[in-house]
Amino acid sequence: MSAAEWRNAMNAGSGRLAMGKSVAAPRPQVTAHSFQNPIRVRHVLVLAALLVFPWIATPFLTFQVGAQSLTLGLIALSLTFLGGYGGMISLAQMTVAGVAGYMVGILGTSGTPEISLGWPWWVVVPLAIAIATLAGAFIGWLSVRTEGIYTIMITLAVGVAFYYLCLQNYSIFNGFQGFQQVHPPKLLGINWRDPLPFYHLVLFWSLAGYFFIKYLLRAPFGVALQGIRDNPRRMNALGFHVTAHRIAAYAVAGILAAVGGVLLVWYNGLITPNSAGTSWLINILIIAVLGGLRHPVGPFIGAVVFVLLQTFAIDLIDRERFNLVIGGVFLAIVLFSPDGLLGLWAALKLRFASRSKSLTPRGDSR
Amino acid sequence: MSRFWKWFWSLVLVVPLAVFAVWAIWDNTKLFFITMLNGLTLASLYFIVASGFTLVFGLMRNVNLAHGSLYLLGGYVGYFVAEMTGFFLLALIAGFLVAALVGLLMQVAIFRSMQGEDLRQTMVTIGLSIVIADLLMWGIGAQVHQMSAPEWLVGPLRDIPLITAYSKYRMALLPLGLIIGVLLWLFLNRTRVGMMIRAGVDDRAMLAATGVNVNLVFAATFAIGAGLAGFGGVIGAVELSMVPGEDVRLLLASLIVVIVGGMGSVVGAGVGAIILGVAETYGLAYAPTYSVVFTFVILVLVLAFRPRGILGQAA
Repeated sequence: MSAAEWRNAMNAGSGRLAMGKSVAAPRPQVTAHSFQNPIRVRHVLVLAALLVFPWIATPFLTFQVGAQSLTLGLIALSLTFLGGYGGMISLAQMTVAGVAGYMVGILGTSGTPEISLGWPWWVVVPLAIAIATLAGAFIGWLSVRTEGIYTIMITLAVGVAFYYLCLQNYSIFNGFQGFQQVHPPKLLGINWRDPLPFYHLVLFWSLAGYFFIKYLLRAPFGVALQGIRDNPRRMNALGFHVTAHRIAAYAVAGILAAVGGVLLVWYNGLITPNSAGTSWLINILIIAVLGGLRHPVGPFIGAVVFVLLQTFAIDLIDRERFNLVIGGVFLAIVLFSPDGLLGLWAALKLRFASRSKSLTPRGDSR
Repeated sequence: MSRFWKWFWSLVLVVPLAVFAVWAIWDNTKLFFITMLNGLTLASLYFIVASGFTLVFGLMRNVNLAHGSLYLLGGYVGYFVAEMTGFFLLALIAGFLVAALVGLLMQVAIFRSMQGEDLRQTMVTIGLSIVIADLLMWGIGAQVHQMSAPEWLVGPLRDIPLITAYSKYRMALLPLGLIIGVLLWLFLNRTRVGMMIRAGVDDRAMLAATGVNVNLVFAATFAIGAGLAGFGGVIGAVELSMVPGEDVRLLLASLIVVIVGGMGSVVGAGVGAIILGVAETYGLAYAPTYSVVFTFVILVLVLAFRPRGILGQAA
């Protein structure tokens, strides 16, 4: 986030670095020695919990909460990668996911055989992901020409334009109705839409996405990208092609969002213009910011909170007022903890550590 | 770009448009000119809303994504004021004032405390737009509110060459947009406050150093920008209609207008509004299911050749 600040400040030459430490703090886990990042107890615990969860939870919880959070988390992860590590907040990640979803509906089978081509899934899915990735790279190519907050405006404009295109176009996108009955294929005798198989499918791809990003952030490309976020001028002077790196980052984020989009259309069983409408464009931003842009685990935390609010907060208040709740939570987070829930956690830990330090000489483990 | 390429690209753009215009006039003269008028009147509304957006952005580098919500708020307020009192002008004033007041409140209560944190401010406006939109839906409901035009603007204007008749109200929007544009231009270029605002656009710190109360200037600009959104809302309540979702539509229009025209420039907003309004109505009239594509193509072309907009300057 404040990467954009940095960028603005460096490019404009006026030293406005207000947001400063809260978000721009150098991320210690991305330094060279973190290659030997040890496997901690909490990693094992989280993985075990993820694997055990579907066997003890009800099918409703597994599918509605578990699978949905992981899917949305995967899409939001693409935004975390772009925003937190590339310094580019794109609102069009849900559009990329929407493109993938629409491609699955158009190329594969759906309840609208007049339009759907009915190709087999092993053609449809890779093609959908490829097309959506291209779309993501194209959006990147458009928006990297501008900087900082301009990116938000342009990606929002692109996203809303795609929404209206789907809404108004009947010959390809089937207008308001979209595509119904878009289901995952039945493979190996398993119905992948059943809660348990679907949860594991989503879990696999979410973990794959998470570790891919973890790996990428330490690879030369990821390190260069973070350098560009912090100081594009200096990276340019060092001989890095800043624009190419940024577009490549959009393409990488596009892959994640595309995989998430295919999973999301299978989860919902349908795709309509509203699946990529403004509220969802912004919901992805909410999820990413809610969790925190500082670590790839943030979007998944944000997604769990979002889905829990969506599923259970409506029991406390009127169902129609979900937007009010989520908007209010988002406002509170942006106003009081710009680093999201991870930032809140870090602040608590810091306070706790400094308090215990006064008692014992041990202090914070990190 | 060399002169040759400039000519080449202008030809690539102009020739198809000219061919289309000739064909359309030959095919159906009336439709062509009515569409033109529709486009220009829509552009007038877009200009009024987007000029507020660009004013706020130009001075404060704050992308106010709650601008569409202020538009909706102004429209509803105008609707109810007109329904209670029966005076259209009163509705216009009320729409302007209420939106300006809300904008002022936002500026003083929230944005003042996060000066210079552009991205955070933008996210706050996203949150606000969600909350305001939902509060409006809660309080007023999701049904369509269509305001009727004042009596002296009801009905068609007859005996116009080429198109025979056209709605008086829509016709009145043309001079209204022009007047507001000229007033804004005069305000920015000929008054002391306008001078301060322009100075603030160029260099905030320097303006503060000369002893101007920058906070006051910011608050005033934000109020005017928000007020213009509310004012546009009252006009739009007659021309279009007020229903949840319109806020997003006008926000998108404002975004595209200022991206195309150049951010922070009132004249740019005028140019962008005309391009967008005309392109959108022609798209709807001649190729209904692809009209958004034209808008999008314009956006892409402008970003490809002039990333800062047609009249934009380097920040």
